[in-house]
Amino acid sequence: MRTAFLETLFELAKADERIVFLTGDLGFSVIEPFAQALPKQFVNAGVAEQNMTAIAAGMALSGKIALTYSIANFPTLRCLEHIRNDVCYHEANVKIVAVGGGFAYGALGASHHATEELGVMRMMPGMTVVAPADPIEARLATRAIVAHPGPCYIRLGKAGESNVHEGPIDFQLGRAIQVREGKDVTLISTGGMLKAAVGVARRLAERGVEARVLSMHTLKPLDTEAVLAAARDTGAVFTLEQHSVIGGLGSAVAEVLAEAPDIKVKFKRIGLPSAFSRRVGSQQYLEEQNGLDEAGVLRAVEGVLGS
Amino acid sequence: MSTSSLPTAAELARRIRRHSVLMTSRANASHIGSSLSMADLLAILYSEFLRFDPRRPEWPERDRFILSKGHGCAALYAVLAETGYFPVERLETFYQDGSPLAGHATHKDVAGVEVSTGSLGHGLSLGTGMALAGKRDGKSHRVWVMVSDGECDEGSTWEPALFAPHHRLDNLVAIVDYNKIQSFGTVKEVLDLEPLAEKWRAFGWGVREIDGHDLTAIREAFAAVPFVPQRPSCIVAHTIKGKGVGYMENQLLWHYRAPRGADLETALREIGEEELR
Repeated sequence: MRTAFLETLFELAKADERIVFLTGDLGFSVIEPFAQALPKQFVNAGVAEQNMTAIAAGMALSGKIALTYSIANFPTLRCLEHIRNDVCYHEANVKIVAVGGGFAYGALGASHHATEELGVMRMMPGMTVVAPADPIEARLATRAIVAHPGPCYIRLGKAGESNVHEGPIDFQLGRAIQVREGKDVTLISTGGMLKAAVGVARRLAERGVEARVLSMHTLKPLDTEAVLAAARDTGAVFTLEQHSVIGGLGSAVAEVLAEAPDIKVKFKRIGLPSAFSRRVGSQQYLEEQNGLDEAGVLRAVEGVLGS
Repeated sequence: MSTSSLPTAAELARRIRRHSVLMTSRANASHIGSSLSMADLLAILYSEFLRFDPRRPEWPERDRFILSKGHGCAALYAVLAETGYFPVERLETFYQDGSPLAGHATHKDVAGVEVSTGSLGHGLSLGTGMALAGKRDGKSHRVWVMVSDGECDEGSTWEPALFAPHHRLDNLVAIVDYNKIQSFGTVKEVLDLEPLAEKWRAFGWGVREIDGHDLTAIREAFAAVPFVPQRPSCIVAHTIKGKGVGYMENQLLWHYRAPRGADLETALREIGEEELR
């Protein structure tokens, strides 16, 4: 996803000199081509995310489209008040980019586990929050946030994920993508959890349960119509995210379902407890430990469906 | 400067002080001392140096002024009203229900306020971003940022302090309103900043220390920026908290208390109410 983002941004920046790309001193061996080709559109702010964020806001208020880039929680939680006051309150055209969403940097320790930031970013007034599922979505999401006026947050995975989508997709901010049709249950995923959702749907199908799969790449604004349709059509909704069950996709969907009149639906948030991982490990290992691998998600779904 | 009908700097400073005292009194608000300490600096800046057009607040070539010490906003709103951004009468709505004139500098629906502040340690970074954008676009406008001494406690003040010289932002000017009193005591007691000018110099800024109430010294310093070619400029302005009202001067109490009754009358008399109109 990182490569898809950087390639797309490079392409966009070559065509639009308003685009400026600020990094918090990260991106060794991947950002150099951009920095060398477009020095007037590149800033290394150093290891100073508060300053990077406010400088981006100041540049955006001078007509730029400013992107801040760092890993894990550094461009979000480390400088949260600068995002709230300087970016959001001024409706500044700033795009916050985090590489390493969820457990992408699992072995690096809890400091590098980005597992609460989607919820925190959702709460920022006027912020659009996006977590693409694969490199195909990441390319389109990058174009979409740059074209969208105002504050955006995009959570990327890391480098080297495979594509989950098999063909062209219609990507629009705030519009879920239906990846698979089904009438018995709906799996709504955000970010890289789409892969698990598709795998689980396949396994459910082997048992005669047809799952609808939605890639909810935009957490805010949420595609409430898709959520409500899923509840009405399938009667059971599960949310999948590599994020705390507090504040992220599960919470956002729960808010919609709880306020919907006349909807009775089975519902479960599949995500992380509000706790730190006590052990490190690869992304795959930590997914397994937290029930976010295919087997774990399947268990959770079947537990609710009662089969 | 584009307006020819402006009062002299000394007169503008008096009006800023008078408005600030009246606004603070009416609102029963804090921070009068912080408005009074920078009144002379604001008056010289707006009457003689800042390039702006109150009829076109968004004019791209304007100089930017950022009040990073947003709690001193009574003085900012006052200077904006006096320079034609909005009617002076609107100052009476400061702190009032439904008013856009909030108790910390707020840009929403207030023409002339470049950015909203109130949480300390934001303004210099915002200004640095504007200065960087201006440089990269080959523009000639300047960015002036007023920071407080207490604000120099914030680590986020020193991030742009490090960044701006590295990027040779000679279009950026930081003014430290060094009134020596912060929220809970004197700067020396709370978190000593000395040697303050040396710190800015060590970070790579061109630095001058002035008496922030000596109009000639202020004028000379403003006229001399950038002090060092290719470097941002820092003016450490030694000021007196509550300057202009004897009983407020150098008193921590007047970081909080609003002048009412006899106090108000004394303040207005000392500032020189009768000379205004």
